[in-house]
Amino acid sequence: MTTAMSATARGAVVEVSNLRKSYGGRTVVDDVSFTVDEGEIFGILGPNGAGKTTTVECVEGLRVPDAGRVRVAGLDPIADHAAVTKVLGAQLQESELQAKLTVREALELYAALYPNPADWGPLAERLGLVSQLNARFGVLSGGQKQRLFIALALIGNPRVVVLDELTTGLDPRARRDTWEVVEDVRARGVTVLLVTHFMEEAQRLCDRIAVIDNGRITALDTPRGLISRTAGSTLISFTPSAPLDDEELAALPALASVEHKDGRITLSGSDETVTAVLSLLARQRITAHQLRVTDATLDDAFLNLTGATR
Amino acid sequence: MMVLSATTTSVRRTSPRAAVLRAEARLFRREPGNLFWVMGFPPLLLVILGSIPSFRKADPGLGGLRLIDLYVPILVLVALIVTGLQTMPPVITGYRERGILRRMSATPVRPAALLTAQMALNGAAAVLSALVCIAIGRLAFDVPLPRQAFGYALALLLMAAAALALGALVSALAPTAKIATAIGTAVFFPSVFLAGLWLPVQSMPNVLHHIAVLTPFGAAARALDQASAGEWPAWSHLGVLAAWTVVLSAAATRWFRWE
Repeated sequence: MTTAMSATARGAVVEVSNLRKSYGGRTVVDDVSFTVDEGEIFGILGPNGAGKTTTVECVEGLRVPDAGRVRVAGLDPIADHAAVTKVLGAQLQESELQAKLTVREALELYAALYPNPADWGPLAERLGLVSQLNARFGVLSGGQKQRLFIALALIGNPRVVVLDELTTGLDPRARRDTWEVVEDVRARGVTVLLVTHFMEEAQRLCDRIAVIDNGRITALDTPRGLISRTAGSTLISFTPSAPLDDEELAALPALASVEHKDGRITLSGSDETVTAVLSLLARQRITAHQLRVTDATLDDAFLNLTGATR
Repeated sequence: MMVLSATTTSVRRTSPRAAVLRAEARLFRREPGNLFWVMGFPPLLLVILGSIPSFRKADPGLGGLRLIDLYVPILVLVALIVTGLQTMPPVITGYRERGILRRMSATPVRPAALLTAQMALNGAAAVLSALVCIAIGRLAFDVPLPRQAFGYALALLLMAAAALALGALVSALAPTAKIATAIGTAVFFPSVFLAGLWLPVQSMPNVLHHIAVLTPFGAAARALDQASAGEWPAWSHLGVLAAWTVVLSAAATRWFRWE
């Protein structure tokens, strides 16, 4: 998250402009444009069925776009498919390996498919796969399978990796471990295009996020930017020692909403609202019990951004 | 997680296609069920039939041949058919169903490499099993080796190609590995019937015989019989085999989906 700004100075590795794709008359991706800069973790966030996977499949060259332009390191993923596969590594949603292939054999096999493969030994070590090298794919846990798929995505020494729903189906512990792996991948200079429907994941990992809903990009910003553009990005809640006048509350600056519940008041607004409500309470000599001020999360921003189009 | 290993894995450069073939060969050996049906079942059936005394008696109705003489080429065909129809289709369909073909599409190697590896391995195993049947026939039951060896080999290879093409078509049409197994089994029984497993083709009633030799199985059975007897197999039989191979391959290519 810290390198959000520095990343934009470098060139774009993935360029998508006016991408369109429909299946049987149903538009799945509708005029999607974005660029992913070298060295960043770029997130594509959206509800299930929003068109995220179709978008990245066009980037991977696994689907032919109906319209629009896609470039990976300046190459067309369809026309120059073989060249693109050498600079782009992919972890695909819902793909498996042969059940009786061992981890070691999978690494050796995929290394042999690339002209300049990474050394799979250190790669297995980085991904914590060393003790599973002789285990067959079919007996691996969900987290181990995903770590193997990350290893296979990296084995061709790519400039970009596409990780599609990497942590879906993993337990919280395995999910956090996987996030560390993704941060490590980026730290080694590989650009990451991350598809997810987990807010927490996007907020933690991504430098920039494109929010996709119904096949369209509804917002593209840093996680902080997405949150701050949401009305009421700060939540203030407290239980007042005496009743507060609704009209005075409504007059608070930058206020987005007021909620009363069981004597507890929850306001959403900005930092300005916090200052104003504190002075209001002081003026009226009202004590605010259990005062909490929290920042809205990407969750709130996301609901705001995707809810609008419903 | 961040530790870089000092040891380096020795990377011997293998060509991508060779690496795919090697991996598939390992996996092929790890399927005991498939190995049994391809390599074990046809020779075992031959041994069982050959152990029946009446199968080893010369029959004037068969021109002085024994039933076991007729059954060696039939079991050669069974080996080819079982591989094409029972072993290969669920593997290939499963590779599509579970996204293995798709995963390979995201590498510099085309997923067709997996299909050619599977066909090469299954074809090789089927031919090996056929040779084992011929060897058992010769060593255990004194069945003479085919007198027109080249014609025999040609018919055998054409039938292997036709069986693999038929299996490829089943793989193309079946949406799941389970359905591929079901279709393969449903087609297997009429196929081995037409190859003469229950009733050798030359003993079939006239109408049935005419129909059988228009199928690859009946045509192959007659071609192998002719080559066993020292004749060059009739071009009509070889032509039927070649035509089926072309049509089945074209249909498989036309309908095969990668995902």
